[in-house]
Amino acid sequence: MTAPAQTLVQGAPEARPGRRRNLNFLGLAPFFIFAALFLLIPVVFLVVGSLQDAQGNPTLANYGDLSQNFIIDAYVTSIRVSLLTAIAGGLFGFLLAYAVILGGLPSFLRPALMTFSGVASNFAGVPLALAFIFTLGHVGLVTKFLLDSFGIDIYGGGFNLYSEVGLDVVYMYFQFPLMVLIMAPAIDGLRQDWREASANLGATPAEYWRHIALPILTPTLLGTMILLFGNSFGAQATAYVLTAGQVNLVTLVISAQMSGDVLHNVGLGYSLAVGMIAIMAVAIFFYTLLQRRSERWLR
Amino acid sequence: MTSSGAVAATKPSRSRPSPARFFWWVVFILGVLYFFLPLLATLLFALRSQPFLSAFTDTLTASDFWSALGYSFVIGIITIIISVVLILPTAFWVRLRVPRARPFVEFITLLPFVIPPVVIVFGLLQMYANKPLSLTTAPYGSDLLLIGAYVVLSLPYMYRSIDAGLRTLDILTLTEAAQSMGAGWGRILVQIILPNLRVSLLSGAFLTLAIVVGEYTIASFLARPAFGPFIALIGRNEAYRPAAVAIISFGLTWLAMGVIAVIGRGSRTRIRVVGAH
Repeated sequence: MTAPAQTLVQGAPEARPGRRRNLNFLGLAPFFIFAALFLLIPVVFLVVGSLQDAQGNPTLANYGDLSQNFIIDAYVTSIRVSLLTAIAGGLFGFLLAYAVILGGLPSFLRPALMTFSGVASNFAGVPLALAFIFTLGHVGLVTKFLLDSFGIDIYGGGFNLYSEVGLDVVYMYFQFPLMVLIMAPAIDGLRQDWREASANLGATPAEYWRHIALPILTPTLLGTMILLFGNSFGAQATAYVLTAGQVNLVTLVISAQMSGDVLHNVGLGYSLAVGMIAIMAVAIFFYTLLQRRSERWLR
Repeated sequence: MTSSGAVAATKPSRSRPSPARFFWWVVFILGVLYFFLPLLATLLFALRSQPFLSAFTDTLTASDFWSALGYSFVIGIITIIISVVLILPTAFWVRLRVPRARPFVEFITLLPFVIPPVVIVFGLLQMYANKPLSLTTAPYGSDLLLIGAYVVLSLPYMYRSIDAGLRTLDILTLTEAAQSMGAGWGRILVQIILPNLRVSLLSGAFLTLAIVVGEYTIASFLARPAFGPFIALIGRNEAYRPAAVAIISFGLTWLAMGVIAVIGRGSRTRIRVVGAH
């Protein structure tokens, strides 16, 4: 990182500032060594592996293998579940945050909702899957309540908790609270002056929302939806426990390649993993773009 | 969206019932139902065990529960210690001496958002479990990989939390003052910076603990006797105990978040409570 001229005169008294700067970078060495050992090199290992066959010769066959129907189906299902829960969870979370901040509800509900959201957005994985089995499983509380009290048989009606729809319902549990947590400060950031100024200029509340509030909130809203997308795209535990592999998600296909019960093909596992990273990288790229935009107005 | 409130009114009316307010109540109640129904169902199911409360007493007296929870707790504490020892000096040093390195450090701390846990453990296994390293067959080898992976998961939360805390301090003045009185780097970090970052560090630590205790994917692929795989195992094999354990696990998450809320009260540092799944 230092200019070559400085390193050339190393040892001379005037070179001390240059050497200092080198030493300064050394202070970050433990962090970068750790990141290399447990994050960067393993990922590079996957990327390199995805470009090799079993004998270590370079090949693109692993990426060709991704075109198998069940793998395309896995990516499509993963993306569909993630998109649906990101959009639905995002909209509901936004409405909920709006309700407690500007909806005229008693003000003590807001801190309560924020605490609940902090807990719910972190309550995932196995216990969450179990909780929903007790709620909407074949003999779950809500399932039985609807059947006994109203004669509504949700399983007869086509609902199945252990399917993709069930996964949507369960993922929503950690999706919308995350939206509440991130949207609440953004809604707070809408300044009262903007509303007043627009009212003075003759705007109706609807016009205020259409032309001022929504354009300002949209980057945060979309950016957070991308976070929610990633949140469910990378999820494995909840789906694994809930559907026992019945729903064909990318994380579950990788899991199967790893544990080696089904068609053990490490090369395919590598290319699947790289595919996931690529999709997440695109998502996070758009997220950073949107975040830069939203920081213009809201801080 | 806001049909109520005339143009002249600057604040939504708080006293008068209106269709809009009714709508917001409906939204709020739906949210509350979504949040509490699964908990209620789980609790009621656990309470159906005979004799009364036996699902809870069986859980709390069984050694497998305590050994799994204890294992995850110990791993969580080690993860937090390593994470703080790694990130506190790094974030401090970036702010003090090498601000140009900030984008690189931030990029790495964001990577765990891009790379799902299942991919991280896959990479770790392929690299360290096979020949020539064969780390998973060495004593504590898998524990080492588990802790390494958890420290990676903690990077985004820990770095953000500590960096936000450092932002509220004038670290240049603090450092120079300490140096002029003869303090070395270790002393500056431990006796000057660390106490000033109590809130950030504790919230980062409890968030990490909430994520690590109960984590399933990485622990199960490394075949570790952790709490997450334990819940999954009894979830497959037993009736009432899984419900009790799910409630207890929820209580632990609540406890961690509650502690974060209490220590963060009155602090200027915004705390981010967003977990990984």
